[in-house]
Amino acid sequence: MTRFIDLTLNGISTGAVYAAVALALVMIWRATRIVNFAQGGMLMITTFIASSVIGSSGSYWLGFAVALVCGLVLGAVVERVLMRRVEGGPPLNAVIVALGLLILLEAGAGMIWGNTPRSFPPAFSIRGYDVGGTTLLFSPNDTFTVLVVVAVAVGLALLFRYTAVGLRMRASALAPEVARLLGVRVGRMFTLGWALAAFVGSLAGLLVAPSVFVGPNQFDPILIFGFTAAVLGGLDSPPGAVVGGILLGLALSYVSGYEGASLVTLAALVVLIAVLMIRPGGLFSTRKERRV
Amino acid sequence: MGAPAVLEVERLTTDYGPVRAVDGVSLTVRGGSITAVLGANGAGKTSLLRTISGLERASAGQVRLDGEDLLGVAVEDIVRRGLSHVPEGRGVIAELSTEENLRLGGLWRGADGAALEEAYALFPPLRERRSQLAASLSGGERQMLSIGRALMAGPRVLLLDEPSLGLAPIVTAQIMQLIRTLAAERGLAVLLVEQNARSALSIADRGIVLNLGRVVADDAADALAADEDLRQAYLGF
Amino acid sequence: MNAALARLRAPQSTLLRSLALALLAGVALFIASELLSAYDDLQLASGSYYFVVLAGLTVLTGLSGQISLGHGALMAVGAYTVTLLVGNEHWALVPALAAAILTTALVGTIVGAAATRLRGPYLAGATLAFAIGLPALADKYPNTFGGANGLIINPPTPPSGLGSSFPLERWEAWIAGAGALVVVFLMRNLTRSGVGRSFRAVRDDEIAASLCGLHVGRVQTLAFVVSAACAGLGGGLLAVVLQLAAPGAFELGLSLSLLTAVVLGGLGSLVGAIWGAAVLVLLPGWSNDLAHSFSLSTNVSNNLPLAVYGLVLIVAMLVWPSGIQGGVRRIIAVARRILRRRIGGTPEKLDKHSTQDQEEQPNES
Repeated sequence: MTRFIDLTLNGISTGAVYAAVALALVMIWRATRIVNFAQGGMLMITTFIASSVIGSSGSYWLGFAVALVCGLVLGAVVERVLMRRVEGGPPLNAVIVALGLLILLEAGAGMIWGNTPRSFPPAFSIRGYDVGGTTLLFSPNDTFTVLVVVAVAVGLALLFRYTAVGLRMRASALAPEVARLLGVRVGRMFTLGWALAAFVGSLAGLLVAPSVFVGPNQFDPILIFGFTAAVLGGLDSPPGAVVGGILLGLALSYVSGYEGASLVTLAALVVLIAVLMIRPGGLFSTRKERRV
Repeated sequence: MGAPAVLEVERLTTDYGPVRAVDGVSLTVRGGSITAVLGANGAGKTSLLRTISGLERASAGQVRLDGEDLLGVAVEDIVRRGLSHVPEGRGVIAELSTEENLRLGGLWRGADGAALEEAYALFPPLRERRSQLAASLSGGERQMLSIGRALMAGPRVLLLDEPSLGLAPIVTAQIMQLIRTLAAERGLAVLLVEQNARSALSIADRGIVLNLGRVVADDAADALAADEDLRQAYLGF
Repeated sequence: MNAALARLRAPQSTLLRSLALALLAGVALFIASELLSAYDDLQLASGSYYFVVLAGLTVLTGLSGQISLGHGALMAVGAYTVTLLVGNEHWALVPALAAAILTTALVGTIVGAAATRLRGPYLAGATLAFAIGLPALADKYPNTFGGANGLIINPPTPPSGLGSSFPLERWEAWIAGAGALVVVFLMRNLTRSGVGRSFRAVRDDEIAASLCGLHVGRVQTLAFVVSAACAGLGGGLLAVVLQLAAPGAFELGLSLSLLTAVVLGGLGSLVGAIWGAAVLVLLPGWSNDLAHSFSLSTNVSNNLPLAVYGLVLIVAMLVWPSGIQGGVRRIIAVARRILRRRIGGTPEKLDKHSTQDQEEQPNES
């Protein structure tokens, strides 16, 4: 029973990270109808930057802040310089450009920082809480992870729902031509959407880095898990991304605990295929189901 | 309000590849008056409006608002020059609420709650449905919403693309009367594209008829309505 | 005389032409392998098995319009099948390769059937998951699959008839080259056959295709199976040439490099697959040389090929979607126009000659 509780708690904290990546993917999908396969590479770069800043300054929180800011900038730059040219075209082009960017970022990181994975400090203690004599598989750092992801998700929801900027962004995503006629600078809204998404992605990278270590390829599985969670919740649904992330985290935690850690990626693949076969729009699909 | 607005279109031409959708169209609309743009499907009416508002690129010609060139201005900035375009199909964003749609129209100039109240005063049914998703509105209500949203921008020129589309005759008549009143009260220059030529001519001051992108008639609305041959040939009544 | 020539242009000429091309290529490869050094023979062998995979992948992406990021994992299936059968069960080479093709085709059927419901980014994501997830099986069952170190087999011995001093590398080049020739022959026929046309029809307009009686799901699955079979053969040949199958050889980078090679060569073009294979084989060497001449660090030189692939993908999609073969085709078209003006023949006659040589038009995305 304790094992089950442990796996459940672990699933929630890893699920929070998947939820963050899923949220980043969903935001970009909603805004520009592109699946950002480069997300894993982008958050890898910002985590490397954090690692370098922490290494040279000795301050975790400085590295944390710098990474988040770099995420904003990187997202904006990628959209403006690269993705702007493939938005609205055939989906295959955007997929290939995103993959090209992923490869480029991973190669670039290898050139700058080398290919050997390096350790990354957690924000808080990773020693599990003591409850009635037993140590849970849930630590203060895990609490921080879950809380910060929830806070960001709620913050974004409030932003979209109650602010003028949020209204502009939603209008740009839903009906760009009409939005233009109403004076909304749609291009800027797309850039902002990508910047915010990359911000969330950077956060996910910082939260997961202590367990996966930092290296050019270390974040590839996170991309898969985030994508699966996003599809599970529904690519159009930010709350779906969060729910999908938690659910996937739980499922993979049980698989890892009872079957072994190496099968986790395959398990995610099974979930992905199952969702795409049974309910392609995801759990929270609002749009009419088209062929995916 | 100042001097009445003047929208001048001079020999405007738009090509979609090899197809010439708008062929040397010229017209002038003054503030406080309504000009109807009529013609069969595919005559180039929608393309004309889309070129004026910048959604399509003109191949030749000029568009001026109060003497200032509009062609080449980005679509996002057109509304800042005082021109509002209500597109074909109304462009109501179904996934947003009624109020969100209205607010969207006034965002660029930071329109406040007073402007919103004005819109609700003009269109009482919208007030009842202010928090509902626009998807749940009827055709007539959506038309009101799209016009109300366009007015939130405080325009001087209003381009309307087939407002009567899909509406019952009674509702059409109400909308048309509304447009007539708005044009007069606010001094708007209205360019009204319509398939329903009869109802358009009933409120318009002038009318132009397009066929294959070209102007085949340009006259006072009464004169057009009285010309039986023209009506039969191009307007279907 | 004209009647005889006319008969030569009858439908069977595709088969004969492909056979002739394959034979010509075979002769060229044979001569090249004799002239090249041992190291270059190894490159030739590598290029051959890459070509085998790329031929299948370019048919899948270009003709059938389905993207796959999982072909590296499919190669792994073929490679492991060969190493298991040859190493543990002591099978002969050809049956082992055949088994590799069949096994991978089977996996391809499953993946392809799942893929028929997926489009664009969803298909990319699912095959990406497949590419990252499948190699993990080697860790899960280390006894069977040799874990991280993988499985090793003995090098293929050249038959005694060729002499005791026959270089191993040349023999490997012949084996891989033979595989490439078979693939050239089969794929060229396939792309020009009814099956190839059904791939294109489904790619261009699924609804129209199904109205013409094509079963969309089956056609798309078939394309996947064909490309998987090629990947399996390519992986099997890789195992023969390297005498090794290990998870590290089949990571995500391989799948992405394959995609890059196909995009670079020109989607849907078999000749483009040759260009792509050449790049895959030669680029690591070139970048190493570049790194040495500029005294770049090992970090840089290790990652340089990948960086180039990433740049190529981006630039190709933004600027040059039809790849090398598209560029070559454009040059040929310009040259033909110039020639036509010089010769002054009727344009139709010259075109009729040229259409039978043309590869499939790349998917102009």
